[in-house]
Amino acid sequence: MKNKSIKNLLFAVVGFSLVGFLNSCKPPKADAGLSGDAAQKVYVAPGKKDELYLFASGGFSGQVGVYGLPSGRMLKQVPVFSQDAETGWGFSEETKPMLMTSHGFTPWDDSHHPQLSRAEGQVDGRWLFINANNTPRIARLDLGVFKTREIIELPNCGGNHASPFTTQNTEYVVGASRFSVPHDKEGDHAIADYKDKFKGTISFVKVDPQTGRMNLNFQLLVPGVDYDLSRAGKAASHGWVFFSCYNSEKAHTLLEVNASQRDKDFIMAVNWKKAEEYLAQGKGQKWAANYAHNVYDEATHTATSNLIKEVTVLDVKDLPGVCYFIPCPKSPHGCDVDPTGEYIAASGKLAAVIPVYSFSKMQKAIDAKNFDGDFDGVPVLKYEAVLDGEVEKPGLGPLHTEFDNEGHGYTSFFVSSEIVKWDVKTKQVLDRVPTYYSIGHLCVPMGDNIKPYGKYVIALNKITKDRYLPTGPELTQSAQLYSIDGPKMQLLLDFPTIGEPHYAQACPAELVTKHEVKFFKLDENKHKYAAKNEKEAKVVRNGNEVHVYATAIRSHFTPDNIEGVKVGDVVYFHVTNLEQDWDVPHGFAIKGANNSELLVLPGETATLKWIPDRVGVFPMYCTDFCSALHQEMQGYVRVSAAGTNPEIKYSTGD
Amino acid sequence: MKKLKIYTRIVVFICALAMIPANFVPVWQIQLEAPQYPEGLKMEIWSHKLGGDVEKINGLNHYIGMALIKEENFPEFKIMPLIIWGFVIIGIAAAVIGRRFMLGIFVSVLVISGCWGMYDFWKWEYDYGHNLDPTAAIKIPGMSYQPPLFGWKQLLNFLAGSFPDVGGWLIIIPAAIVVAFLMFEMFRKK
Repeated sequence: MKNKSIKNLLFAVVGFSLVGFLNSCKPPKADAGLSGDAAQKVYVAPGKKDELYLFASGGFSGQVGVYGLPSGRMLKQVPVFSQDAETGWGFSEETKPMLMTSHGFTPWDDSHHPQLSRAEGQVDGRWLFINANNTPRIARLDLGVFKTREIIELPNCGGNHASPFTTQNTEYVVGASRFSVPHDKEGDHAIADYKDKFKGTISFVKVDPQTGRMNLNFQLLVPGVDYDLSRAGKAASHGWVFFSCYNSEKAHTLLEVNASQRDKDFIMAVNWKKAEEYLAQGKGQKWAANYAHNVYDEATHTATSNLIKEVTVLDVKDLPGVCYFIPCPKSPHGCDVDPTGEYIAASGKLAAVIPVYSFSKMQKAIDAKNFDGDFDGVPVLKYEAVLDGEVEKPGLGPLHTEFDNEGHGYTSFFVSSEIVKWDVKTKQVLDRVPTYYSIGHLCVPMGDNIKPYGKYVIALNKITKDRYLPTGPELTQSAQLYSIDGPKMQLLLDFPTIGEPHYAQACPAELVTKHEVKFFKLDENKHKYAAKNEKEAKVVRNGNEVHVYATAIRSHFTPDNIEGVKVGDVVYFHVTNLEQDWDVPHGFAIKGANNSELLVLPGETATLKWIPDRVGVFPMYCTDFCSALHQEMQGYVRVSAAGTNPEIKYSTGD
Repeated sequence: MKKLKIYTRIVVFICALAMIPANFVPVWQIQLEAPQYPEGLKMEIWSHKLGGDVEKINGLNHYIGMALIKEENFPEFKIMPLIIWGFVIIGIAAAVIGRRFMLGIFVSVLVISGCWGMYDFWKWEYDYGHNLDPTAAIKIPGMSYQPPLFGWKQLLNFLAGSFPDVGGWLIIIPAAIVVAFLMFEMFRKK
């Protein structure tokens, strides 16, 4: 008995020491670099304003989230590709046309990459472009009003992912197909015919420098691989656009294996000025097409949607000098141009190095025809001839790089969940900092400009796990703010975001606020059904349509008593907000509407369609707390039986 | 029939000319500040019109039943430009004629017009502040909303301020200088 106890004791001692030994061998976790003054650096006192705007993609919400930095406070969600009941976006008669595509009404999409408009390679704060990945589209937001003003669909395209990357002076925003498909006119094909029949396209959407109006100037027909991300050249490389390509295996099933076989995929370099020359020489072919172009007119407060029936295409294999492939290790994601325009950093998701290419070496290699054969008729440049150097052992799973103004690159690493700072010239790794968790893109304010603003880097994360209070199986999305103005990167703040913040762009606030619109001028309202003062308010029957020309001002609607509507009528409430002051929207809702509310901004007219389904008296009211007498801002619509002939009557204050 | 010193005549002449721009800029201003209006609202009174945020102020005044502030209600907007031009002409005449009695007339016109202007302004403020619509949404027993004649006054959630605007100073400052020179002319030994 005694012996056994001693033996047991011995085992226990040995066991504990072994555990202790193993624990002491466990390497410590990386230091998050959170130091004492972080709170001070992100504290924006009540009533004070943030230094920067951050525009983050809303991911699968289809919208754009607007945040202030460094506080990380969310300021607004701008509805873009998805219906938004809060603002009536896609529910009001005026905004429904914005969500039309060649497939009909398309009330959702997946938005990935915001791009701020720019002039001379610097953000000018006028517009924000963002792509729709699912039903390929590009939207333009006007940053004077923080509203979506235009959406253009892209034909011959599957998965508009490498989009809407913007050239140096916003000459073009591009859209490249992530999913190659048979072109629209080809129609029915076996999926197994991928290698022969499936093609990619690069769309060049021209932007009017005054109005921002977009038109699809031409499409390039390119080999059938997956086009992932893009950056336009600038300064030295102005006139070119670079695209990362994966699936050069041309797999059409189980891509996680089949598209990861080759050692090298490609960066595709496109000389768009050369393409424009061919276009001017009439080398383009006119193809029948069908794609929607939706424009919101600020004077009529109404959107229109047109289907365009033709597109000009240029086949790159017939047009020498437009397109070159540069070999790039293992399924590249980011391909990012440094501020000088000379260096292009590519991030192979499965690669062990970050190759940095030289634009001038690429030009020399092209002149010397230093090719390694071709891929589907497009010349492939020799890797070594174009390479400037490789960043060695940077981390696992490099995704995306942005730059500061001092010759540093900041690359995100999804697998090792970190940001790595490196020197663009020497390719030496200078610093690394962990992210929580699994960073996708990152953003340095104006980090894709000729003169980056720098100061911060924002990590746009894919996983949050234990970083916030849990909210059931679906957790919040999240971004993180780091300072980069010292030699070491420093974590300052975690902040939640909407949707999945794929990518974001940031710029100093004053670049945007100088375009600020406080309200719409009533004098300039050209809406067909506007009532610009209370005397113009009326109710008009036209067959079974009833049009209510209503006005809203603190704190009543005119008219607020309406009779003469009957079951079977289609009622349109055209509500004009007569206010001419900042921050006085009025809302409008009526019981039983199979629809949303309206949120009508000062000077604006918006229309709610309502089909009363039963006899009764239906209350309507203002939904946005507008004044001390907001609760009194209400009225009634009487609905009589179908087949009766009630007289239209309307009034306020009788 | 005392003659004015040449420098008095020059100063009076310049002062008369300095009043001309008062016809083209706001003469008086009423400022309103409230928690909901941190940026403030401003009503400008020009010699011939109203300016600034009159529409917004009318919109707010309807809660307390104050009458609409409308240009056509004020015959003063026809008279005031004439008065200012009158100052200029009489001032120039005083400088050109160069006699003390003429300067006395100029000062009398300025003082009488000024007094009448302030009385008239006060009367309008009294009317607007007291003649309230009995069906107004907000009624507070004993409360009237007469803005201050000059300075600041709290009216419910609004702090109201009443001050000369650029045009007002362009009349007040030259007028004060002219009065000072009249004194000087009256009391100088030689």
